[in-house]
Amino acid sequence: MSFINYASREINCKIVYYGPGLCGKTTNLQFVYQKTSPDAKGKMISLATETERTLFFDFLPLALGEIRGFKTRFHLYTVPGQVFYDASRKLILKGVDGVVFVADSQEERLDANIESMENLKVNLEEQGYNLDKLPFVVQYNKRDLPNVSSMEELRSLLNPNNVPEYEACATTGEGVFETLKAVAKLILMELKKGTAGGGSGA
Amino acid sequence: MSGSHSSTFVMYDEELRKINLVSEKLLREANAKVIFLVDKNGQLITSVGETEHLDTTSLASLTAGNIAATGGLAKLIGEKEFSILFHEGEKDNIHISIVGGRVILVVIFDQRSSLGLVRLRVKKASDDYGQIFEDLAKKAAQEDKDGTPSPFAEITDDDIDNLFS
Repeated sequence: MSFINYASREINCKIVYYGPGLCGKTTNLQFVYQKTSPDAKGKMISLATETERTLFFDFLPLALGEIRGFKTRFHLYTVPGQVFYDASRKLILKGVDGVVFVADSQEERLDANIESMENLKVNLEEQGYNLDKLPFVVQYNKRDLPNVSSMEELRSLLNPNNVPEYEACATTGEGVFETLKAVAKLILMELKKGTAGGGSGA
Repeated sequence: MSGSHSSTFVMYDEELRKINLVSEKLLREANAKVIFLVDKNGQLITSVGETEHLDTTSLASLTAGNIAATGGLAKLIGEKEFSILFHEGEKDNIHISIVGGRVILVVIFDQRSSLGLVRLRVKKASDDYGQIFEDLAKKAAQEDKDGTPSPFAEITDDDIDNLFS
């Protein structure tokens, strides 16, 4: 749920990066963090285990500039990808404005991708969302590795609705900003449809 | 509920002024250092007090995560939610509570105050906040009903592309 603040002329939106464990959600945020000028970003917070696995979430606030006199801020979150952190994933989806699904292109992770996508749909439905109606993009990560599934196969399994999709290598940053830009754009287009009151105040 | 789910949370000048008045009063009466209000999704609504040295954006996000996690715990044991959280530090303490069902009130205080005093003053202020947020919800619902166009109704693809240039 976006937050329009007429008093400070700001608009805040929440983007969640979803996907199976070790698919590169945190790496996406880290790359965005590294490549954003200091005045446009806040601190990146990672609630992770000692082995650098996401425990609760990563958080990165980004200020993108002004639209029609309103400062636009995007709050980027990742979920913990490991299957047993499902309770935490549900919490992070609360109030989401747009979702990025980061798929791990490696053949052996195909089932994990499908499972995570199903989990995303179920968890969104529990919150009253429908993935088909939410700003949503898919990123096929790790395209640089040798053992990847074909794009056709990934597409048919993970993106039957043909939402915007990007091939990526999050460690080098390829496709990272394209993905972010696409989901941000979809969110702003969604806002464009809304009214000033936007539905409910509090 | 539709996928757009766009029950956007809105804040207007008038309500923000009222909220800040309540916060400043609470800050004084509770002898607190900082007070801020956060939407349950982690977005900072407003803050008063000694905020210069604080990363309020991160604080807001973590507070909401904290409330969400304890809310999850509450449900597991059959409670609706835990409406008050308290974290005690060596010097500073954090008192977190939910006001008006949707908004998180955070009070940071040190030895100049006490948990008892903060709890008492928070309880009183909660009613005032609750009323303001209720009025705010009504106002936003009315604007929505009247079909007042969103300030973003006129944005173009170029506006959006410019954000990333």
